[in-house]
Amino acid sequence: MSSFLTYLINGISLGSVYAIIALGYTMVYGIAKMLNFAHGDVIMVGGYTVFVICSTLGLPPFVGILSAVVVCTVLGVVIERVAYKPLREASSLSVLITAIGVSYFLQNAALIIFGADTKSFQNVINVPSLTLMDGQVTVSGVTMVTILSCALILIGLTTFINKTKTGQAMLAVSEDKGAATLMGINVNRTIAVTFAIGSALAAIAGVLLCSAYPVLSSTTGAMPGIKAFTAAVFGGIGSIPGALIGGIIMGVIENLSKAYISSQLSDAIVFAVLIVVLLVKPTGLMGKQIQEKV
Amino acid sequence: MKTKTFRQNAVTYGIVILFYLICQGLILSGNMSSLMKGLMVPICYYVILAVSLNLVVGISGELSLGHAGFMCIGAYASAIFAVCVDGKMPEGLELFLALIIGAAITAVFGFLIGIPVLRLRGDYLAIVTLAFGEIIKNVVNAVYLGVDENGLHFSMKDSLSLGLSEEGLTIMNGAQGISGLPRTANLTIGIVLVLITLFIVLNLMNSRQGRAIMAIRDNRIAAESIGLSVSKYKMMAFVISAALAGVAGVLYSHNLSALQATSKNFGYNQSIMILVFVVLGGIGNIRGSMIAAVILTILPEKLRFLSDYRMLIYAIVLISMMLFNSAPKAIEWRKSLAERFARKKDIPAETAGKEAR
Amino acid sequence: MKKRRVVCAAMAAVMAMSLAACGGSDTASATTAAGEASESEETAAEGSSEGVFVIGGSGPLTGGSALYGTAVKNGAQVAVDEINANGGINGYQVKWIFEDDEADGEKAVNAYNTLKDEGMQMFVGTTTSGACMSVIAETENDNMFQITPSGTTADITKPANVYRMCFSDPAQGTKSAQYIAEHGVAQKVGVIYDNSDTYSSGIYENFAKEAQAQGLEIVGAESFNSESKTDFKTQLQKLKDAGAELVFLPFYYTEASLVLKQADEMGWAPKFFGCDGMDGILDLPEFDTSLAEGLMLLTPFAADAQDELTQNFVAAYEEAYGETPIQFAADAYDCLYVIKQAVEKANITPDMDMSEICDAMKTVMPEVTLDGLTGAGISFDENGEPNKAPKAVVIENGAYKSLE
Repeated sequence: MSSFLTYLINGISLGSVYAIIALGYTMVYGIAKMLNFAHGDVIMVGGYTVFVICSTLGLPPFVGILSAVVVCTVLGVVIERVAYKPLREASSLSVLITAIGVSYFLQNAALIIFGADTKSFQNVINVPSLTLMDGQVTVSGVTMVTILSCALILIGLTTFINKTKTGQAMLAVSEDKGAATLMGINVNRTIAVTFAIGSALAAIAGVLLCSAYPVLSSTTGAMPGIKAFTAAVFGGIGSIPGALIGGIIMGVIENLSKAYISSQLSDAIVFAVLIVVLLVKPTGLMGKQIQEKV
Repeated sequence: MKTKTFRQNAVTYGIVILFYLICQGLILSGNMSSLMKGLMVPICYYVILAVSLNLVVGISGELSLGHAGFMCIGAYASAIFAVCVDGKMPEGLELFLALIIGAAITAVFGFLIGIPVLRLRGDYLAIVTLAFGEIIKNVVNAVYLGVDENGLHFSMKDSLSLGLSEEGLTIMNGAQGISGLPRTANLTIGIVLVLITLFIVLNLMNSRQGRAIMAIRDNRIAAESIGLSVSKYKMMAFVISAALAGVAGVLYSHNLSALQATSKNFGYNQSIMILVFVVLGGIGNIRGSMIAAVILTILPEKLRFLSDYRMLIYAIVLISMMLFNSAPKAIEWRKSLAERFARKKDIPAETAGKEAR
Repeated sequence: MKKRRVVCAAMAAVMAMSLAACGGSDTASATTAAGEASESEETAAEGSSEGVFVIGGSGPLTGGSALYGTAVKNGAQVAVDEINANGGINGYQVKWIFEDDEADGEKAVNAYNTLKDEGMQMFVGTTTSGACMSVIAETENDNMFQITPSGTTADITKPANVYRMCFSDPAQGTKSAQYIAEHGVAQKVGVIYDNSDTYSSGIYENFAKEAQAQGLEIVGAESFNSESKTDFKTQLQKLKDAGAELVFLPFYYTEASLVLKQADEMGWAPKFFGCDGMDGILDLPEFDTSLAEGLMLLTPFAADAQDELTQNFVAAYEEAYGETPIQFAADAYDCLYVIKQAVEKANITPDMDMSEICDAMKTVMPEVTLDGLTGAGISFDENGEPNKAPKAVVIENGAYKSLE
């Protein structure tokens, strides 16, 4: 029983990181209708920023996290402006390929700047771990912080989208770009803001990811990025609560299948569950069913 | 009309044959570098992959991100066959049978995977194909297969649990893959396979079935209303594309002496690379896919002189090519440039229409 | 339609140009070597007229394994600089060229061919085991002398022209199991390995085989793969529940550092046992070395060893590249000195072609004995395997301490 709890808690912890990354994916998809494959690499940039600030320059963690958010936000906006905006009217596939190009670019730029050796990440989250059930189950501080931040981000984002003008503009753009323009919404600005928020989330995800698993290399963000993308689709891409639920379920399934079925096949099992879910609900768990117009 | 498509197709075949003659000439006269000689077969299988993916993405209009998975199936199926019959039959016959086996097995998998996949639409379809590709790679890495006098042994754990006898031979060794493969693929075989691929795809495009597939892509509901079986035609394109990817896989496994399934060669990265060929060459444009596949296979090798900056520059080239090729502004600019050179008057109408939007 | 044709034409032109460029570059090299009136297709690989030994290597410089390729590249460069500063080999200078192979079989063959085009005469590579399996067929075909610094798969040294500097999978897996059994370190053993990696699964398999023979009980063998190599808590928990006294970790130190940290977070402290890939863990910046306390590993090289050779190497490497060398760098360094000794013994000169060099090397390789960074008195058996004993060390007070 205690083992099961441990597996479950580990799954939720891993899933919360996926969830935060998936939030970024899903927001950008909802509004710009593009799969931003470079999102995972923005996470890596966030990780390196904290590494440089805290480990190399020796500044306090707070400064590191803040600068990571700033750097990633700026980076997200710049990427959008340079690589995606010119292709707004082109086919979605072109943007997808450009995003992959950006992903290669970020990975290789990091490789050149920071070198090929793996950096060990200094934990910037110093929260004592919690022991439950007479020491049989331990919940690490990072896990608690991750789950907590995930919840806070969800609340924050929902409030932002429902209560602010910019948030409403985002909703409008995601529904219908043309109509939004007619209503006087600046579509380009709204999309830029979305990228800024998505990238800021990526920075936070980067900090949490690197604190939970303290190694850092140029490919750190790639696989969590793909997993989170799967999680976003799982929950219904474009849906914010969907991304959260999708992320956590993914993490839990991954860990439980590793524990009880086969550690060799855990990835295959995660993807198989995704396929089954999509067959039953073709637009993900919380996705909207879009009616086709004749 | 008929003669025009015929002429177009003849040009496509002509390009391939011309390419073959030039390369063969360079090889025979000893003017080709070792690198280029080594790249000849890879170029062939990347062209086959690009053309076959274009069948799904361009002609059938479905975004597939799992093409490398089919390549993986073809490669492993043929490699297992090759190891089993090693030395028992002439090389040519072995390769021929391997191609048939690879294509057939991949087609069966294409069909089985197609059943769930083709029920979905758009990006959901894309992610499910990606998932299947990853599952294939993951499973292949966990399979152990051996043979001894008692027959085939199979395990999902490790090669020890195969329980082989002393003389037993481990064929598939999990992540260590399959080694000791025959390296019988060469440029001529590759080009013949490219031509066969082109023949299949181009004929399909110009056939009744091909037009049905394109009709479904352009307007599913209208196509359905005139009685076209959507699932049948979509499945047809998907299975043919898978089988051709399987052929590319056979070529891959007969070009290297060892086969392993890594994220580099059979993972989603590879699927995306093939997609890049298709998108860059022009979706639905077979000739474009071919040319893009050739250029993007050679480019990273030719950038080696940049040493550490190689992949960085490659990424920048990729982004710029995409922007140049697809950005509406760039297209307009190119058009006006072409106009200035050609002084033709029939193009501006379209451009003006776009600007008004 | 018009537009499409223009694009097509443009692309075709680019393609034709790139092809022409390939032909062109080759013609250029053919002209330089025109003195040797040979029309053979290996014109570029003929001995260079300037009297320089061209030694090439390949390994991943980009992607997830870039760390290892970079180490081999730099480690060999340190050796080459030393050799050149001391008058070269047989009085000829050495040129070291290195290409990125992305740890992939297909790219490794491309890298190898590129090196051949650049005039490589001897090959130190490849860095990773999987890619190496594809390249050996090429070098065997060309009769190119090859010594891999770090490709561990047993079959790599099958061809007569291929030698190995590191331990093979059987050498490491079997010896680890023997060591654990003979010294009674533990009875119940758990293993975590990377099932997407040739090196790790190869060692695991040989370990499991020998453990059975030695009467050790393997209570659990858990795996991970290159795509999920950060979270080991589940694997650890399973082994803990299975009652493992010792966990065998046949993979690289980056992942191992995570395993140690996560075990510590769980409050579980079994014995840990690693292989040569574990070396480097103490130098990982920001890594809490107290976590590695009591970790045992079989390693041929330790960057903090006190002998003069190691200290000089580490100093030179740190000065040039700003980081502490790992075992891959040391293996590559030793490879270069093996080549130096063999070339001197066989009296090879740079004007010989690669096949002649390889034949000459093959005859003298059994006589080579090197006191290198990764072992004293390294020699090679008829299969091309190195004769050097892995040393068991334990980490105590943040430093290696030799066991027995």
